[in-house]
Amino acid sequence: MDLNLLKALNAARRDRQAAILVTALEGGKSWLVMKGDAVEGELGEAIGKAFSTGRSGVVEAGGERLFLNVHLPSPRMVIIGAVHISQALAPMAAMTGFDVRVIDPRTAFATEDRFSGVDLVADWPEDALRDRPIDAFTALVAVTHDPKIDDWPLISALKARAFYVGALGSRKTHARRVERLMQAGLSTDEINRIAAPIGLDIGAQSPQEIAVAVLAQAIAALRQRPDPAGG
Amino acid sequence: MTERNSNPAEDQAPGGAADGQFDPLMVAERWMLDGRKVAVATVIETWGSAPRPVGSHLVIDADGNFEGSVSGGCVEGAVIAEAAEVITGGAAKMLEFGVADETAWRVGLSCGGKIQVYLERIG
Repeated sequence: MDLNLLKALNAARRDRQAAILVTALEGGKSWLVMKGDAVEGELGEAIGKAFSTGRSGVVEAGGERLFLNVHLPSPRMVIIGAVHISQALAPMAAMTGFDVRVIDPRTAFATEDRFSGVDLVADWPEDALRDRPIDAFTALVAVTHDPKIDDWPLISALKARAFYVGALGSRKTHARRVERLMQAGLSTDEINRIAAPIGLDIGAQSPQEIAVAVLAQAIAALRQRPDPAGG
Repeated sequence: MTERNSNPAEDQAPGGAADGQFDPLMVAERWMLDGRKVAVATVIETWGSAPRPVGSHLVIDADGNFEGSVSGGCVEGAVIAEAAEVITGGAAKMLEFGVADETAWRVGLSCGGKIQVYLERIG
């Protein structure tokens, strides 16, 4: 592989574009195929399948053994609430490969001191997500328990079929939330996708432990979803 | 008011700062731009229980510095040793590792799986 090819591959990954690096195992020639590029014949079929399953592997095409390495966009995590849990969750999620943004309009919470090195936006979610709307590759974690702040991103994530939607709050808080979301026109099926109480049940108590429980639940949703290429 | 902390790493990878720092392909690009000679190892097939999935990378420079992994630390040493030859010679290599054979002092995978690793030079 030459350096220009490596640069092109890394650029596609930075730009969140799905790409496959094809390597001919005899001869060592390699090239990049972007999602949407027209490729004919057996190889075209294999590439289409690799994009839809997200699985890398060796294929035989045109009498050659080729290795297809699939690079799909990394998942995003949008955390609503610059709270104590988020201070632990943001760096842990980044370490496991999530592209993280923390959003909180309350400027007392959303300070650089509390979230050093984190993509932090001290604004309302509606405005903070204008440049990168929630999509199927996004995990939405709402932890303010303030309906004014949490409800809009929750509705937006459910409508966009975000692969994970979690909301902090007691059963009582969640019951009230369900009523509001029904009034906002969401179906029971959509509302049932919200992980609440948030996080895997590991008996987490401290904010850091809750962050572990939430991250584990988001990873489970990511790795166990039916269509990794996002439908 | 909108306040944004831009990430300190300019060459931020998908997956945030930590990923950019440790992402093997990003590291390989940085090393190449620093004038270092670099080889990339990629897991291309696995059989049985294998610690790292197909597509995983380990990158190695001419001095034996490395980033990433192709197993759980079981065969990296052997791949790094082979990388020196690939960096000097230029020809890509296919490496295969199976179950560890302790009596023969061979490196292998204690988990009992088998992996095939493609090792090539960048440049």
